[in-house]
Amino acid sequence: MDILSLSLIVAKVVVIFAGLMLMVAYMTLFERRIVAFIQGRKGPNRVGPQGLLQPLADALKLLSKEDVTPAGANKIIFNLAPVITFVPALLTIAVVPVADNLILFGREISMVISDINIGILFILAIASLGVYGIILGGWSSNSKYPLLGSLRSSAQMVSYEVALGLALVGLLMVSGSFSLSEIVHQQSSILEWNIIKQPLGFVLFAICALAESNRIPFDLPEAEAELVGGYNTEFSGIKFAMFFMAEYANIIASSAVITTLYFGGWQGPILPPIVWFLIKVVFFLFGFVWVRATLPRFRYDQLMRFGWLVLLPLALLNILITGIVLVL
Amino acid sequence: MHLILFIIFAVFCIAGAILVIVLRSPVASAISLIFVMCAIAGLFALVGALFVAALQVIVYAGAVMVLFLFVIMLLNIKEELITTDEKRLTRYLGSALGLAFVLEIAYFVRRGLAFGSSSLYLPVPKEFASIELISTGIFTKYLLAFEMTSILLLVAIVGAIMLARGKGRRDT
Repeated sequence: MDILSLSLIVAKVVVIFAGLMLMVAYMTLFERRIVAFIQGRKGPNRVGPQGLLQPLADALKLLSKEDVTPAGANKIIFNLAPVITFVPALLTIAVVPVADNLILFGREISMVISDINIGILFILAIASLGVYGIILGGWSSNSKYPLLGSLRSSAQMVSYEVALGLALVGLLMVSGSFSLSEIVHQQSSILEWNIIKQPLGFVLFAICALAESNRIPFDLPEAEAELVGGYNTEFSGIKFAMFFMAEYANIIASSAVITTLYFGGWQGPILPPIVWFLIKVVFFLFGFVWVRATLPRFRYDQLMRFGWLVLLPLALLNILITGIVLVL
Repeated sequence: MHLILFIIFAVFCIAGAILVIVLRSPVASAISLIFVMCAIAGLFALVGALFVAALQVIVYAGAVMVLFLFVIMLLNIKEELITTDEKRLTRYLGSALGLAFVLEIAYFVRRGLAFGSSSLYLPVPKEFASIELISTGIFTKYLLAFEMTSILLLVAIVGAIMLARGKGRRDT
């Protein structure tokens, strides 16, 4: 491996992760403004023009806050938990192609950090690791509400992971590939988007992705009416911020994955690919925020019943229908 | 580059495995085991078996260990409950078996060396452990074993549910 290709990889990693972190920071503002708009409020608009500097002010506030560790907490795990949540949330984006291959100085550069041929499995693997930070965060706090919240959350995430994986099987059968670049290349026109071929699969995947991100209407882990704040109750300052940044990074990653798998990724006319990719991602981010501003929370038994008795059979049905259509 | 990564993953593996045994808190042991699983996945990825690496993370780190942690937390196992076994016999027997295992591995590595190449770096065949290769094997040559394993797992699941339910009914 020569120096040039090594520095190219480093450059890609830096640019994509910097972009992701910037999006995470502005996702907070975006969400607050949109929710305020939907609810007929103004939202944060004082810090900078249109509140554009609000994320910086928030970051400054959270960094300078006192860092409290509860008495009787398991210190090592308590400090480790936010990191364990945050790191997997950032990793998913590594396999998502953000644009078409670029020819620069006679070299073909793929616009994805790691174009592995098992991209979809990588996403599932990372999704399955996300639950640890929440379990450990709740457990190590040595406090009853966080523990209850984390148990709920882990039961929820483990349950919805099953339907998430099965929802993708239909897509895999249609595309015949695990590679995200390959899947994007197959969807060159709007009629070939996988949403057309897999409408049920898309709905199931979107619901499961929402449940995996622990947001309304699936935000049982932090149901503030019953659990104070859920698994992150005892965390303060930057550790609390890390849990939230992980949540936003997860939403952005989910939007990017949905865009890539079902909506043609960076494919689109006239505008450059990266712009199309961002437009689609922001569209789904708006969708996530819209759902949050609109829907009430599930009850816990409804949530588990919905996961196992509705989503799972529907995912299996989707596989069956896809199989029949493919054979015919 | 590969060698550096190999050393990093291997050190993680061995250090994690030692921590699993040495640490007193069951939760800390379980976390160490998760690190070991992830490091093993890294080793698989290094030899190009990305599929196996992903499965390693999904199945072991993502599913099995979550259940382990669940059980540990729900039962709230205290440290003093699992202090070292005082029986001399188990201790000596355990050490002897461990030593035997290490010797066994050493023997097979040595035999592998004598067998052909002079170095430990055996060439990895192209398409090694790819999805196509593994699934072709599972659904043709090893179909019977594969299906029997799945039935075994199904029986285990049904059995676990029956055991859990039966107890609940007696209570009510």
